[in-house]
Amino acid sequence: MKLYCLSGHPTLPCNVLKFKSTTIMLDCGLDTTAALYFLPLPLVHSPRLSKLPGWVSKDGAVNLEKELKECSGRVFVDSQPEFCLPEKELLDLSTIDVILISNYHCMMALPYITEHTGFTGTVYATEPTLQIGRLLMEELVTFMERVPKAQAATCWKNKEIQRLLPGPLKDAVDVWSWRKCYSVQEVNSALSKVQLVGYSQKVELFGAVQVTPLSSGYSLGSSNWIIQSHYEKVSYVSGSSLLTTHPQPMEQSSLKNSDVLILTGLTQIPTANPDGMLGEFCSNLAMTIRAGGNVLVPCYSSGVIYDLLECLYQFMDSANLGSTPFYFISPVANSSLEFSQIFAEWLCQNKQSKVYLPEPPFPHAELIQTNKLKHYPSIHGDFSSEFRQPCVVFTGHPSLRFGDVVHFMELWGKSSLNTIIFTEPDFSYLDALAPYQPLAMKCVYCPIDTRLNFHQVSKLLKDIQPLHVVCPEPYTQPPPAQPHRSDLMLELQPPPMAYRRCSVLGLPFRRRYERIHLLPELARSLVPSEIKAGVSVATVSAVLQSKDNKHVLQPVPKPAPVPPSKKRKRVTEEPPEVLNPKPLLSGAVPLEPFLAMLHKNGITEVKVEETADGHILHLQTEDVLIQLEEDATHIICDNNEPLRTALRDLVLRFLQKL
Amino acid sequence: MPDIKVTPLGAGQDVGRSCILVSIGGKNIMLDCGMHMGYNDDRRFPDFSYITQNGRLTEFLDCVIISHFHLDHCGALPYMSEMVGYDGPIYMTHPTKAICPILLEDFRKITVDKKGETNFFTSQMIKDCMKKVVPLNLHQTVQVDEELEIKAYYAGHVLGAAMVQIKVGSESVVYTGDYNMTPDRHLGAAWIDKCRPDLLISESTYATTIRDSKRCRERDFLKKVHETVERGGKVLIPVFALGRAQELCILLETFWERMNLKAPIYFSTGLTEKANHYYKLFITWTNQKIRKTFVQRNMFEFKHIKAFDRSYADNPGPMVVFATPGMLHAGQSLLIFKKWAGNEKNMVIMPGYCVQGTVGHKILNGQKKLEMEGRATLDVKLQVEYMSFSAHADAKGIMQLIRMAEPRNMLLVHGEAKKMEFLKDKIEQEFSISCYMPANGETTSIVTNPSVPVDISLNLLKREMALGGPLPDAKRPRTMHGTLIMKDNSLRLVSPEQALKELGLSEHQLRFTCRVQLHDPHSDNDTLGRIYTHLKSVLKTYSIQHVPDGTVIVESIVIKVTSSAEEPNLKVILLSWSYQTADSTATKKKKIQL
Repeated sequence: MKLYCLSGHPTLPCNVLKFKSTTIMLDCGLDTTAALYFLPLPLVHSPRLSKLPGWVSKDGAVNLEKELKECSGRVFVDSQPEFCLPEKELLDLSTIDVILISNYHCMMALPYITEHTGFTGTVYATEPTLQIGRLLMEELVTFMERVPKAQAATCWKNKEIQRLLPGPLKDAVDVWSWRKCYSVQEVNSALSKVQLVGYSQKVELFGAVQVTPLSSGYSLGSSNWIIQSHYEKVSYVSGSSLLTTHPQPMEQSSLKNSDVLILTGLTQIPTANPDGMLGEFCSNLAMTIRAGGNVLVPCYSSGVIYDLLECLYQFMDSANLGSTPFYFISPVANSSLEFSQIFAEWLCQNKQSKVYLPEPPFPHAELIQTNKLKHYPSIHGDFSSEFRQPCVVFTGHPSLRFGDVVHFMELWGKSSLNTIIFTEPDFSYLDALAPYQPLAMKCVYCPIDTRLNFHQVSKLLKDIQPLHVVCPEPYTQPPPAQPHRSDLMLELQPPPMAYRRCSVLGLPFRRRYERIHLLPELARSLVPSEIKAGVSVATVSAVLQSKDNKHVLQPVPKPAPVPPSKKRKRVTEEPPEVLNPKPLLSGAVPLEPFLAMLHKNGITEVKVEETADGHILHLQTEDVLIQLEEDATHIICDNNEPLRTALRDLVLRFLQKL
Repeated sequence: MPDIKVTPLGAGQDVGRSCILVSIGGKNIMLDCGMHMGYNDDRRFPDFSYITQNGRLTEFLDCVIISHFHLDHCGALPYMSEMVGYDGPIYMTHPTKAICPILLEDFRKITVDKKGETNFFTSQMIKDCMKKVVPLNLHQTVQVDEELEIKAYYAGHVLGAAMVQIKVGSESVVYTGDYNMTPDRHLGAAWIDKCRPDLLISESTYATTIRDSKRCRERDFLKKVHETVERGGKVLIPVFALGRAQELCILLETFWERMNLKAPIYFSTGLTEKANHYYKLFITWTNQKIRKTFVQRNMFEFKHIKAFDRSYADNPGPMVVFATPGMLHAGQSLLIFKKWAGNEKNMVIMPGYCVQGTVGHKILNGQKKLEMEGRATLDVKLQVEYMSFSAHADAKGIMQLIRMAEPRNMLLVHGEAKKMEFLKDKIEQEFSISCYMPANGETTSIVTNPSVPVDISLNLLKREMALGGPLPDAKRPRTMHGTLIMKDNSLRLVSPEQALKELGLSEHQLRFTCRVQLHDPHSDNDTLGRIYTHLKSVLKTYSIQHVPDGTVIVESIVIKVTSSAEEPNLKVILLSWSYQTADSTATKKKKIQL
């Protein structure tokens, strides 16, 4: 059993597990942080961005002014943003049988994997994961296609040139594997390969392996996976949460008794408490609005935004800000809000019980009804005429490189009355803001990451006791910025097996058994005998049938009855001989009882001679020698088959047969 | 011999008060717990005293499963759990859990508040009963206890309707509840995987019907409604608040829109709006098309269909009214029917099955005079039409489901005996499996033949697969030999050698030696050499070795040649073999006789 690690990113994993003749990909996360090296894509022509100076090396030897622009001392690539894909060279992606998706953030690379690689397998995901994943992909595609860039910058990627570049660009790795966004066709084709599954549904893969998604508590439809055979169990824990937010709580007990637990997707901000961050978010928001400024919240279109809206729903009235409008701007804003209301089965108990009333599970339905929350597909159209300030705008993309958020950065960035509040933990907010410097707007960093922290995970592991833990390398050491915080790492016994991008790990497994079925007729014919107290054995002679990785033992077919002999005898070929071989023997033949037994069977003249290892019996009348030893019996008897058989049977009476 | 026992307490050769007891692998399960629309006395509920004479059912049942929210499948639930007494788990899907208590409350109101019956379950009992409900998701495997697991499949009969698979070890039963094999305007078609259950328990409401195309039926329905409305008549469509009602509403709504009709359409109960809200929140349970477009246009927001008020019934002019309940046995639909029955311009369309004893059943059978309470009679002059819009599988659909699931046995419930008989013959002929149709209180026993799961050592399995190939070859049969070790509760199949090792036993060697004398003038070694060449030529398929120390080894048979100094020509050949090779030795020995 092997694990191929195609992504080193701890929260955007992509691993391939080879287990019992199946090849299973676990998640395919897309690392979008590469987009931070690029210039933002403005929706409306931005004079500021278009006037940025091109980059020329100090000695003037390298001139890339068409591809690279300088902004406040940092150099950005002026091209359509690109993303870092999972490694494609480590193994042949066309051999992948199935892809298991744990949550909608971890499937964004799916079209790169399933299209143009010869992939012919199936993707398994829950319904909310599929539907919301589709929305996020469509949003990404719309963001890109709305503002097409004529040129694609590639010169800077040349190794010789990249070496000479300044700042973070010089250190960017694997730049040749970066790709631009996929198309809607590719999204549709990739998602058509998804097979829906429900929590605790047992899915058989080729009869060899069973996979089961379990609720992971992180987002709508998010799941951990159990991959098991009858004897081995691998748990894949990815993006789990123990906090009470909108999704169904995490299912923990089914993770017990794992041989291997693959652990990814812990919190990216282990030092920030989500509840505290939420409080800070609200107070900063209120402060800005009261001062007459606007609040910009760059966020994904699904996930934490539902909790933010719910929290604000309660907070705004109590803070006397009930009349402040909220705007949610995204090509998929409406769909995301609508979809969130129809997945009752996947929500926490509290929200589920609302549906029985029947009421929508999320209070944002009420916000929309009372016109406090308005959603628009983009800043163009109705929004421009309807929007009032001061207001709160939720919009994407959190990288600040594309999407409607770019427009608000240009619009509001110059005023110190306005505030941008970062809630998504995926991007460094300083890097995200770099191309907008100098910036007058206030910046608040309130990352809300509900995924497991190190304290929670060590408690979880103590409860479920996996034999081995596999995790990304960063989890095995303290964060680089806080080298003394040994509490912010995994300390386990035995130590976890760490992986990085392109690692291939051999997982410590020894498969010993396989499940086989005895047909009822065969089972009935068995004759068990007790060897010791509580242990019985039976000799099984059967015909093996293996089909679709299922093994069955059938009784040995009886030879066809010889047809009644006809007058003209025909020489027919004898059916091949099926002989029952003799069982192995065990035990010892005790001297006195054996002599008694011989006596009983009419053999009376026996001369017994003691030897070093036992006895030699001379049956004088029959002229037969029998050597009796602890672990052996030797019958020396010339051409007297009936006698030999009789003696054999007498000996066998004292022995156990296996 | 292990068996599965099935006893219907209701719905055995009958439609109504579905309640089927199943015993499988030592577990007892109650499937559905319904009421009978045709009775107003004790017979209305299943006879739970069959399970136990005195007291509570908790210790006799491992779980109760409700297939969908129709009262003939869940109407006796609060009576069973709160009045007879049952505290174990009750499983149903989320939509069923949401809608079922509303219908139960409605049923209670009609029975207690309107008819004044006492000794009936109360609102509080409905609430207490619902607290025992555990929601089921589609395809989720729910472990009721260590051995018993259940799994729900989409049944397409009404919102949230499910079929269930019940599994204990390798034995399994599938119960269909009510199902529909053709997708309609708001629901998808029932689906199940090839799970090969030991027994499939299927409804058989339309056992003998093969329905014409849905399109024809819909056109017919719309034509009749349209004609009646055109000539100024009133159309009454008795329905149950949830289920077919939504289907027909969608149908009429689109027709009214297309034809630009003005006659009002009403829906009689206050439930409608609430009901439609459920459909909106449980949109994932509807069909593909509605799910795909719900963000743009929600099919359950009707423009033409308004809430009905009792006074509207006397309004002049045409109208269409959907009224509950569906079999005209009580409530508003019966009230309106009484008002309109005297006018031949009016029409009643029965869109579903009517249970014996209900007014619906009587008028469908052509009865023109109905006896009402208080000796009054009612003349039925209005037109009576029957249109099968019930989302039940027809004969074709039932056969299709059998092909899908491939059961080993079949059992029919929820249908009329005569029709079942016909279907039973057909199933037995076409699939050559046994088909049963027990009456209420009659137990059917089905012998199962489960195979025995065993852990085989991977070494043994791999060796065997390498030698014999995966499938038995009729020409070269190969027998695998192993030792089954039974210890505690585990069964392990290992090679005999491994078994000895594991059990800490040493092998006991049993060998035989015999001497054969023969005259041969050559030296001992040459004699042995001659024996070797001879054996080589006769025993071609065996491995034969000539070891330099003066022995020939044929598999485990050892051959030595000795002679005495006195008579060098009289050779004594020592043949020694072990117990395990005795049989083949016999044949070989014969061949050595030079």
